[in-house]
Amino acid sequence: MKNLIATMLLPAMALIASPAALFVSPAAMASEGGVRLDMAPIKPTDVVSLQSGARTFANYCLNCHSASLMRWNRLMELGLNEAQISDNLIFTGAKVGDLMDVAINKKDARKWFGAVPPDLSVIARARGADWLYSYLRGFYRDPARPTGWNNTVYENVGMPNPMWQLQGERVRVEQAAKGAEGKESKEGHGAAAKLVRYEMVRPGSLTPVQYDETVADLVNFLVYMGEPAATTRKQIGIFVLLFLLALWPLVYLLKREFWKDVH
Amino acid sequence: MAAAEKPPVSGTGSVALDGALTWVDQRFPLISTWKAHLAEYYAPKNFNFWYYFGGLAMLVLGIQIVTGIFLTMNYKPDANLAFASVEYIMREVPGGWFIRYMHSTGASAFFICVYLHMFRALLYGSHRKPRELVWIFGVLIYLLLMGEAFFGYLLPWGQMSYWGAQVIINLFSAIPFIGPDLSLWIRGDYVIADATLNRFFALHVIALPLVLLGLVMAHLLALHEVGSNNPDGIEISKRKDAKGVPLDGIPFHPYYTVKDIMGVVVFLIVFAIIVFFAPEMGGYFLEANNFVPANPLQTPAHIAPVWYFTPYYSILRGVPPLFNSQFPGVVAMGVSVMVLFVLPWLDRSPVKSIRYRGPYFKIALSAFVVVFLVLGYLGTEPITVWGQFGAWLGNADRATVVARICTVIYFLFFILMPWYTSIDKNKPEPERVTH
Repeated sequence: MKNLIATMLLPAMALIASPAALFVSPAAMASEGGVRLDMAPIKPTDVVSLQSGARTFANYCLNCHSASLMRWNRLMELGLNEAQISDNLIFTGAKVGDLMDVAINKKDARKWFGAVPPDLSVIARARGADWLYSYLRGFYRDPARPTGWNNTVYENVGMPNPMWQLQGERVRVEQAAKGAEGKESKEGHGAAAKLVRYEMVRPGSLTPVQYDETVADLVNFLVYMGEPAATTRKQIGIFVLLFLLALWPLVYLLKREFWKDVH
Repeated sequence: MAAAEKPPVSGTGSVALDGALTWVDQRFPLISTWKAHLAEYYAPKNFNFWYYFGGLAMLVLGIQIVTGIFLTMNYKPDANLAFASVEYIMREVPGGWFIRYMHSTGASAFFICVYLHMFRALLYGSHRKPRELVWIFGVLIYLLLMGEAFFGYLLPWGQMSYWGAQVIINLFSAIPFIGPDLSLWIRGDYVIADATLNRFFALHVIALPLVLLGLVMAHLLALHEVGSNNPDGIEISKRKDAKGVPLDGIPFHPYYTVKDIMGVVVFLIVFAIIVFFAPEMGGYFLEANNFVPANPLQTPAHIAPVWYFTPYYSILRGVPPLFNSQFPGVVAMGVSVMVLFVLPWLDRSPVKSIRYRGPYFKIALSAFVVVFLVLGYLGTEPITVWGQFGAWLGNADRATVVARICTVIYFLFFILMPWYTSIDKNKPEPERVTH
């Protein structure tokens, strides 16, 4: 046993002493110059939130974006029945057994936005909930852009803000930071010391708090749609683990019984 | 006829079963095979933790084959349908997500088991005489496994599948003269396309698994011919009792079958935690970018292979190009794997196990493990991950410099092995195995 521990510790100790550790500096850890994302407050088991997200999705996203790997009647998992789905969520002639397709013409889309809006079925798995949550709250007015919209998370994105009537219209305001001016000698110039804030110029129908909740529900739904079986998976997983944990003492005792006479 | 002279099978407790087994045994080497490989295959009694991983690798091979068969029933090897068919499996095939996650987690689990299994060989000298062929078959299995993983990774047809395959196949273009034609021949098209996907599918589901199974068989037959090594690195066959049974040996069955079942349950607990609660494993087992369908017109900002290839990817990336050609890196990467074949002959130490080796080997092996892990980590990250050195080092990327140092140490481990193992201050080996 002692030998076993020694052989396992050997590489581990060497790893700690490795000079490679010296090269990790905190500055390098702030990676890729990306924006800081807000954490998405999502609750994957909150059916009310998922239903609300599905409604927002059908109303605001599903006109340009498809979710062509997702079937409408899968939403019955969220506590809706077929009539509720087809009466409240389907605005086209689609049947509840159909996939969430859209009729947008790819050529038109390229002309309007410069790109075809991506399918959103697994977008949450590609981008992550936090990115979506920050992105959907990150639109601001930018007259320099063809659509008149820009985004703090995805600069110069082709997509305009689909929920501007809910969020309202924000503009980017830049001003020199007061505190930074005094100590500009340190960095040479204080040019980079700008303070950026976003000012609401035309409020939407929702307050900022309400809008954040709406987006959280929508992201919750996108995460659900990315892997509809995720909740089932975790539930089954608990039983599988309980079974294996209960099995282990038995196989351990079996081994001990057989090995009694080995010295 | 020799078959008729065999004694009838007895002792199952059932006359009918005895009879049936006798009938089979007279026509097939049932009892002799059972005895040679299980009931009378004598394994050293002092196997420790490290000896679980060979059996576990076989278990994972079984998982991969069974889940693979079910995936094949629903997967479509067609550039237009592949991505959606994987999501079809995840959404509409009953239990499909479970099968797919078992397969994707199994791929990584396979490499974890194989790496630990190979490390065990290094620890206790299991590659040394008389087990050189066991080791060589093992390295062939490892090579084939890499091919299997590479071909399989293209099949989901996501961005990482596509661009990862692009990077690897382009390595062949770096070979002088024949390179461009060779990579065209591998792809079957000027870019990675439907033809590539189809042939990778064929190689992944039938060609390589077939050879893999044959090699596993050869690995086991060679092992059972020479007998298992053990943590003391001494041959138990040198000391036998009157009946020819090694004094320190115990029948593989039932002793190691029950012990391995214990290991299997622990392994399955870890496996289930990943499959059910973290199938993406933070992006290391399933990469986020692979949930974006393959797009030949859009190169991802950062292309990294899956974690089990990253040590070699770091070596490839670290070696500087020569005359504008990546060929030196490709050669270094190839040699870094192929050198494993000659390992049994590089090691000149009179003892096998690390327990009785001197300090030089211990230092060398520790350094090797560290550089392998550092190279593995760096391969998952962009070369800018640790920033740049100052002007005094030409603003070189720190990660590249570290990867180069690690690459040199990686090769020194092998090149200097004949020297440091022959001058090492070893300890005396015991006569009998110790616990």
